[in-house]
Amino acid sequence: MSRLRWNDPLPQATDLPVLLPAAARLARNSAAQRATDAFSLHLLPAHGVALLVLFLIGCGWAEAQVQPGQPSILATLWKWTPVLLRGFLFNLAISAVAMAAGTIVGLFLGFAQISLLPPVRKGAWLTTHFFRNAPWLVLLFYCMFLLPFQVTAFGMTIPIPDWIKATLGLSLPVMANVSEIVRGAIQSIPTTQWESAASLAFNRRQTLWMIIFPQCIKRMLPPWMNLYAILTMATVLTSIVGVNEMMGLTRQALSAENRSGLLLAFYSYVLFWFFLYCYPIARWTVRLEARYAVND
Amino acid sequence: MSAASAEPIVDIRDVHQSFGKVEVLKGISLSVPKGGVVCIIGPSGSGKSTLLRCINGLVPIDQGSIRVADFYVHKLVTDQEKIALRKEVSIIFQQYNLFPHKTALENVMMAPVHVLKENKDEVRVRAVVLLKKVGLSAKADVYPGELSGGQQQRVAIARSLAMRPEVMLFDEVTAALDPETVKEVLNTIRELAQEGMTCMLVTHEMRFARELADVVYFTDGGVIVESGPPAELFDRPVKERTRAFLSQIL
Ligand SMILES: Nc1ncnc2c1ncn2[C@@H]1O[C@H](COP(=O)(O)OP(=O)(O)OP(=O)(O)O)[C@@H](O)[C@H]1O
Ligand SMILES: [Mg+2]
Repeated sequence: MSRLRWNDPLPQATDLPVLLPAAARLARNSAAQRATDAFSLHLLPAHGVALLVLFLIGCGWAEAQVQPGQPSILATLWKWTPVLLRGFLFNLAISAVAMAAGTIVGLFLGFAQISLLPPVRKGAWLTTHFFRNAPWLVLLFYCMFLLPFQVTAFGMTIPIPDWIKATLGLSLPVMANVSEIVRGAIQSIPTTQWESAASLAFNRRQTLWMIIFPQCIKRMLPPWMNLYAILTMATVLTSIVGVNEMMGLTRQALSAENRSGLLLAFYSYVLFWFFLYCYPIARWTVRLEARYAVND
Repeated sequence: MSAASAEPIVDIRDVHQSFGKVEVLKGISLSVPKGGVVCIIGPSGSGKSTLLRCINGLVPIDQGSIRVADFYVHKLVTDQEKIALRKEVSIIFQQYNLFPHKTALENVMMAPVHVLKENKDEVRVRAVVLLKKVGLSAKADVYPGELSGGQQQRVAIARSLAMRPEVMLFDEVTAALDPETVKEVLNTIRELAQEGMTCMLVTHEMRFARELADVVYFTDGGVIVESGPPAELFDRPVKERTRAFLSQIL
């Protein structure tokens, strides 16, 4: 047998039949990995330290440029913190709504990807891959400019605020990624489970709901949490289209202060809040991954 | 024995089956009377598993006919028709394939409750009895991951029995077990056979086949090379191929 290079596809068959189950398992796992690990957030304590250093440098830089009579950088940050935190809460709200919407639709799309009906399966595949590979910012702009600013139904005019449109825009890539997580998890369950369910006279829907999907949940949880952390960080993109979340408010604060030298301190301060929120999620994800890898 | 006059419960005639271009079964015929025990032996890759899978409709056949009780398996098309068949024919696999997210008791109860739509409390009573029968009363609330291979395989047998099938197919159910635990599983199957369950076993346990089987079939290359009562097939094989296989394995 010739030697495999790291990026060669795994062999479908091996000349050592005893290796077949292992080869099948490896192929399955790597397929699932590819499906879910497209971009994985690997936050380390070192990142926090680096951020802190950046923040301190920013503060020193700003402090050095303080004119007589101006408040210190820390006092300025402190003054703006309530406003910025309100913006941060807005970020979290957007991320929660986008995650919920994207997850619900993504679940359906994921199931559609394994449908036995070819048109459904292919349509779902196309939708998933389109929204999964489109840049998030592009999707955001599309939603901002293609959706109307108000809808009229039953004689009532309901305005659609920008932040709703932006949330919708972010939920599209979430939907596509959840769809792929679902498909990957379902396909990582050994086919012998399908077979033994079939031999016990379960139908396809029962097999999926009672036997396959429950086993998928713990496999889906880590990539799903990872996706949430990425989404939370991506909510700052909405500032570009004019949503008043933390990043947008920071820019406004900076222009209100109208002082040079605050930039680095303020932005690293914002980053620090995001790190504080996302780091525990990332750690927890890694812990879950390790635990499930052992138990499988 | 009146088996000759009675209608066989499993009747397989000239079955051909192929995966793509590879013909795996090349004209298999055999029949099993109700309550009969049939063993299928043969080298790896001779199509034994495929034959069992054809019998409960997991694998479609290309040619020939398979009848199990009142079902003409080769004519079943829809899922519903196959499901009706599978309520009567259970297959137990080498790798047990228990549902890992359910306890042993839940594994046994699931199909009768959800497929046969039987009353849950009645099923529970029956499941407890079945677990006792396979010697696993103490393990009812344990998940498959915490059971030994032999214990898992016995839960799998109880799970199949809970469906009250007419015919049970065993595909090398002891092949993944160590010699100690093989015995537990074989004892369970022996009891079933003695109670009159119709059994078809693919096995490498020649002593067990000799003791239990009414008829032993030796398959090679997708055909039945030779068949007969165990005493004849094992002690006085006619075909050269059979002799060669037996001398290797015994
Ligand atoms: N799903 C499949 N697709 C293609 N070929 C298959 C498939 N299943 C089995 N085969 C082939 O069919 C042949 C018979 O397989 P089968 O599993 O029935 O043999 P077996 O007699 O049960 O062997 P063993 O004793 O090793 O279990 C083998 O050559 C195998 O490679
Ligand atoms: Mg086999």
